[in-house]
Amino acid sequence: MRFEYDIEAGNFSKAGDASSAFKKVLKQLNVDPQVIKRIVIALYEGEVNIVAHSYGGKIVCDIEPKKVSIVLKDTGPGIPNIEQAMQEGFSTATPAVREMGFGAGMGLCNMNRNANAMNITSSAEDGTRVELIINL
Amino acid sequence: MKVIELIEKLNLTVFGTAKGENIEISGGYTSDLLSDVMGKAESGNAWITLQSHKNAIAVASLRELSCIILINNNEPEEDMLEQANEEGIPVLGTSLSAFETSGLIYNLLKK
Repeated sequence: MRFEYDIEAGNFSKAGDASSAFKKVLKQLNVDPQVIKRIVIALYEGEVNIVAHSYGGKIVCDIEPKKVSIVLKDTGPGIPNIEQAMQEGFSTATPAVREMGFGAGMGLCNMNRNANAMNITSSAEDGTRVELIINL
Repeated sequence: MKVIELIEKLNLTVFGTAKGENIEISGGYTSDLLSDVMGKAESGNAWITLQSHKNAIAVASLRELSCIILINNNEPEEDMLEQANEEGIPVLGTSLSAFETSGLIYNLLKK
């Protein structure tokens, strides 16, 4: 089963809508609450990253019998140094975004911690693609 | 302890329509960083914070927190309250600091 969500850049009032919609799907499918929790944490962080840092993007969630795979793809501007971005506490968020309680530099770490596998590729031309696998 | 009992014991302001008559508090979490709350708070926790905008409701809803307690006389923004009412999440307020609020709730829940 595939679910797709378009994510608007900079629109914080909608940040979390995709995560919330996908959470409802998982609940309806009776997925283990502990697994839902991990998926939701990782997905929300990814969704907020697209809102806060990208030119906009898309989230595609595939539910398979033994895993959920989530691809978060944006149209840029890309992450110049992924290793640095993965460090807890490192953030490029603006002061206004930080004031709202975002931009603590914990997003990618939360995603990595809650997924069974995470792959990031990024370039200035193609934007950033994050793939998350969570086993069911 | 139910949210409504906490409201009475700490004389909390109730901003929205939800009073949490049937919502059990499992513990508390005090933080203003949304990612920290997403990653570390437990389901059913009372969330003590100064974040009074709509994204706090998204976090509380996704992590199934029992209520949000705004400290230091902070009041929710209008769209935060609308969303909270829609989702049935109690948004409460106090004049106390995060430190004092956390201490009081900690002691109440310990009993």
